[in-house]
Amino acid sequence: MAGVVVFAEVKDGRLKKASREALSIGRKLAQTAGGDLVAFGVDRAAAEEAGRYGAKRLYVAPLTAYTTGPFTTALKQLVDQVKPSIVLLAGTSNGRDLAPRLAARLNVGVASDVDRLEWTGGKLRARRPVYSGKAFATVEVSSTPAMATTRPNAFTAEEAGGETAEVVQIAGPASDDKVKLIETKTAEAEELTIAEADIIVSGGRGLKEATNFSLIRDLAHAIGGAVGASRATVDAGWIDHQHQVGQTGRVVSPNLYIAAGVSGAIQHLAGMSSSEHIVAINKDPEAPIFRVADLGVVGDLFQIIPALTEAVKKAKAH
Amino acid sequence: MNSVVCIAQVPDTEARIKIADGRRIDETGLKFIVSPYDEFALEEAIRVKEAKGGDVTVVSFGPDRVQQALRECLARGATKALHIKGESGSADALGIAKTLAAAIRSVPHDLLFFGKQGVGTDNSLVGPMVAELLGYPQLNVVTHLEVGEGKITAHREIEGAEEILEASMPAVITAQKGLNEPRYASLKGIMAAKKITIETKTLPDLGLQESDIHHQRVTVVALELPPEKSGGRKIDGGDAATAAKEILKYIREEAKAL
Repeated sequence: MAGVVVFAEVKDGRLKKASREALSIGRKLAQTAGGDLVAFGVDRAAAEEAGRYGAKRLYVAPLTAYTTGPFTTALKQLVDQVKPSIVLLAGTSNGRDLAPRLAARLNVGVASDVDRLEWTGGKLRARRPVYSGKAFATVEVSSTPAMATTRPNAFTAEEAGGETAEVVQIAGPASDDKVKLIETKTAEAEELTIAEADIIVSGGRGLKEATNFSLIRDLAHAIGGAVGASRATVDAGWIDHQHQVGQTGRVVSPNLYIAAGVSGAIQHLAGMSSSEHIVAINKDPEAPIFRVADLGVVGDLFQIIPALTEAVKKAKAH
Repeated sequence: MNSVVCIAQVPDTEARIKIADGRRIDETGLKFIVSPYDEFALEEAIRVKEAKGGDVTVVSFGPDRVQQALRECLARGATKALHIKGESGSADALGIAKTLAAAIRSVPHDLLFFGKQGVGTDNSLVGPMVAELLGYPQLNVVTHLEVGEGKITAHREIEGAEEILEASMPAVITAQKGLNEPRYASLKGIMAAKKITIETKTLPDLGLQESDIHHQRVTVVALELPPEKSGGRKIDGGDAATAAKEILKYIREEAKAL
């Protein structure tokens, strides 16, 4: 039957942005690889939105919260039935958990965290950042199906104006007796995460102490962005590791990256230099961060960041 | 309670990457380290051993240089080491996982530890693949672990939240930064490690076909460096209000972010 299967994740009643991106590139791949774009999920309410992003059918498994075992079994059943050329998962926590498990069960190859995809010569060709963005590898996945996880923010989510996807109920797998989800604890303030954010405001050692991260948080909040951090600040215990940008943190590529008091160690630069627009504020004119900044401001972040926060608030109020 | 820790040896994160023949990295003069996330995996296994007894076996698939990484893990407190010889660079993640899974079958184990990703290749694939090949549950990106009687409880990091999961053993755990604070090797540890023989095996020893491990499924066709960024405009931020205005203008007009 061929075609493309995309794991469509839903949060708060909407498709996750990363899943919309995966559907969008999946639709383009289906045009060259042949066959339909179809989605796999657990929420039939996503059918209308999945359709708008080009999915012809939404296969719904009777599952609720994500756990590895049942989701792998359900998606494996679907792949056996649909026999797609390509299976895509957004590179979310769940996508990254499920993709390798499924690939091993299918005995197929998977390209992780890709930022470009094309179907050429009967193979899936993917580009992926390696060495945290210090290099780019182009890989070819020759198995059937070929699998990939897409890097959040790397592909544009584009509506295709399709009809509501046809909902097809699939059989439920047996429950997993090996792993049990006891509890999900949401971070207090529902903070925006750096992996998916369009805007990131990052703080570095130039903040001098933990409490000064409030300056970064205030700006991030005003501008609608996520809070990022350099490794030094995480290692010093000023902020949680989830915020760390760079080689042992997250590699990010938002539309706008604002770095304040971040000198720009090679690991940090590797993790953020593919951002579309980079603003750096640092009092040291020789700081390496200026080499990748589109706009570099040599000055005192303790003066400039609060002034910028106020300016942003004012601009938004108008 | 026996643990196996699978480690990857990777280029130092401080290193500049150079490319050889357009397909792989140039290893000349490159310093290699134990992949940073694997250090958290190793530390956790050593802590389990200290609390409950048993062995910590470190396993690595790769060329001869990985023995140095295994030796370092022994110095930190691993009790046994297994080197599977081979050019892991020409294997895809599933090839590596098949190799490790085959090797692990002959090592007594209750817990299998991995780093959440190998720093460098950044695939985040091998741990869950080994879990699947051995039919074990996987606990991925773990920041906290409690080992009880016959079961484990783990905290798994997800976007903006944390899951608490309970699993039976044997199980695969992939370690995230924050799981613990890895120790350094002590002088005593370094001396003790010298007395331990690193066991070596080849793919045929493990009953594996080279043709199922190398150049299969996923192959690298090109490796290139990103275009050098030249740096953009630099302005003086001596006057904060003016600087803020300039930044705001950039954000609105060029980044179109407001």
